[in-house]
Amino acid sequence: MAHFEKARNLEEWLDQRLAIKTLRRVLAEEYWIPKNINFLWAMGMVLAITFGILLVSGIFLLMYYQPNIETAFDSVNYTIMQEVEFGWLWRHMHAVAASVVFLIIYIHMFTGIYYGSYKKGRELIWISGMLLFVTFSAEAFSGYMLPWGQMSYWAGMVITNLFSLGSLEFNGLVEWIRGDYVPGQAFLTRFFMLHVLLLPLAIIGLIGLHFGTLRIPHVNNQDGEEIDFDEEAKKYLAGNKKEAKVIRFQPDFLSKDMFVVSIFLIFYFYLVFWHFDFAMDPINFDPADGLKTPPHIYPEWYFLWSYEILRPFPKDPGLIAFGFAQVIFFFLPFLDKSPNVAPASRRGMFKVWFWVMLVDMIVLTVMGKLPPQGIYSSIGFVAAVIFIGLWIVLPIITKKEKAV
Amino acid sequence: MKELKILAVVVFFTLLTYWGVEPYAHSIMHVHVESEHYAYDDLEPLQKTGDATRGAEVFMNAGCIGCHGVKAAGMPAPMDPVSAAASFGVNPPDLSNAGAIFDAKFLAALIKNPAHALKVEHKFTGGRTHPMTPFYGLGGDLDQEVADIVAYLKSIAKKPEDITPKMAFETACGRCHAVKYDGWTQLGEKPKFKHKKDELLYDAKVLDYQDYLTKYMGKLPPDLSMYIRSRGEHYIKTFIENPQNLLHGTAMPRVGVTADSADKVVEYLADVGDSKRHERDSVGKMVMLYLFIFAILAYLWKQSIWRELH
Repeated sequence: MAHFEKARNLEEWLDQRLAIKTLRRVLAEEYWIPKNINFLWAMGMVLAITFGILLVSGIFLLMYYQPNIETAFDSVNYTIMQEVEFGWLWRHMHAVAASVVFLIIYIHMFTGIYYGSYKKGRELIWISGMLLFVTFSAEAFSGYMLPWGQMSYWAGMVITNLFSLGSLEFNGLVEWIRGDYVPGQAFLTRFFMLHVLLLPLAIIGLIGLHFGTLRIPHVNNQDGEEIDFDEEAKKYLAGNKKEAKVIRFQPDFLSKDMFVVSIFLIFYFYLVFWHFDFAMDPINFDPADGLKTPPHIYPEWYFLWSYEILRPFPKDPGLIAFGFAQVIFFFLPFLDKSPNVAPASRRGMFKVWFWVMLVDMIVLTVMGKLPPQGIYSSIGFVAAVIFIGLWIVLPIITKKEKAV
Repeated sequence: MKELKILAVVVFFTLLTYWGVEPYAHSIMHVHVESEHYAYDDLEPLQKTGDATRGAEVFMNAGCIGCHGVKAAGMPAPMDPVSAAASFGVNPPDLSNAGAIFDAKFLAALIKNPAHALKVEHKFTGGRTHPMTPFYGLGGDLDQEVADIVAYLKSIAKKPEDITPKMAFETACGRCHAVKYDGWTQLGEKPKFKHKKDELLYDAKVLDYQDYLTKYMGKLPPDLSMYIRSRGEHYIKTFIENPQNLLHGTAMPRVGVTADSADKVVEYLADVGDSKRHERDSVGKMVMLYLFIFAILAYLWKQSIWRELH
């Protein structure tokens, strides 16, 4: 057995048993971050805080929510929204955070793409981030089923139907996923389980992995500069803070993060109290009715771009394009053939690629919501083809890119 | 400053996306219907000035109380709601406050030609007639008699400012629409029962009523508990005013409420479906105040630390 001295205080007592001083040094005070960053580098912390809000508000909602097709709608809209003290607040916070978290995820992703933060040792940061995107998507979708409103029911119907895989007619698979021929009790209970247990566990695990993947390659910086972190850390610790290219995670980086978080929270709570309809679709305040299809069925805004890649094509090609859109972002580190880690603005054709991709995804998003008729259908089709085309040309233009 | 430029780019693309999927997409998906300000311009204005005393007499002789109760004048409904629904499809309203809740011009038009005033003529074709019999007059000047009845209904009604949101809802909407979050059924407010059996008997009566109503309307009119969130104020107001504008061919009649009564109906629906809206507003202000202070402190903390780094 190890030898233990009598501790003089609680910190020392804990340190003897848990090495908390070492942990604090390694994880916070001597976890080095580049100094050359802007507020976009705080999106990780904003996401962590938003996930925290989702987790806490979700726990409160779980105390009154009833996963039963007869009572789910009323447990949300009456019990939680009107009877439970501040139930409405937790629900609004949960619903709005679920929408806003995707806005921040997209900003976080496009920041990574813009600054090339997915290559030269940072591939796993990108891939684990994409895994988080996929699990967050599943988490959002399963959560959307729970109030058992009209859009819960019909979105559940449409999305699970995709698993019949078009002309392959895997209807048995669709029934297996639903646990019934149509969304019903079995469907609701299993999506409840996914939403409150399995997917949150997966997300928490993946967040750990995502942090882990950052450790060795370190966080990128605004110029994609390769930094000798050991050397720069020495300068910092020697008191040469102004010259060092690195800062401590805590308190240096964290102080900037918290300021960005505070601005984000003002924006977020403004939406929670005064502008929530975009995240709480009015249609979902009608109880689920299997005999009454809503005139417009559309997913939440953050799924619209991929929905629009499915829609303008005939059934089978549409499903293939949709499948392509779901996985292609994972391959970004390997399709970008350029060795340059630099902002897109200095990367020639890639700069064009980046902005076209961003605008194209916004066009897809808007067309995904509009009814698939006339000009909207044509614009959606062109935007979907451009999306696929952009991924085909990416290896070609990045291969030709000059070193910077 | 570079960071502000980056922020401007982020904000621009965020707002562009928002504009596309919310205001723009919704303007395409949902036809915007302007309010007609409850003017009922398609109906003829009242030609004559009514006299309430004469109106009382005309009212009795016209046979209105064969179907309608007027509790305010000591006349109970001639039938219980379920029997009335069995006969007419829907329970005819008690007219105690009709003069305050419904528009005078609308009432006059309704008395003369119910299906026309209610905008449900499309339902009553091929020999089917509206269950409310038009008033053809007692032999005198029809317009004068109608004006007198309207004057009488106004004279017995409470003053418009004394009509509560729930009263407006009850008379205008509550015989077709349930509001379960307020314990409202088409028969009225559901009483508290001591014995389960009594409650079941009551529920059975509601179901009977709903069956007749369903047969009459084609489908059971929806429960309105969450309509303030699912439809919103603008939709509800323009819909009440003229259902055909938003849902062409619907069996729902134009109910003919005054603008003031429509506001009260909306207020009632908000009290039921969005009961925490005032609390939301006041808590929101406190949270904002807290966050502004938090942001100032966070900024000062950041400045104090980064002063040494730059």
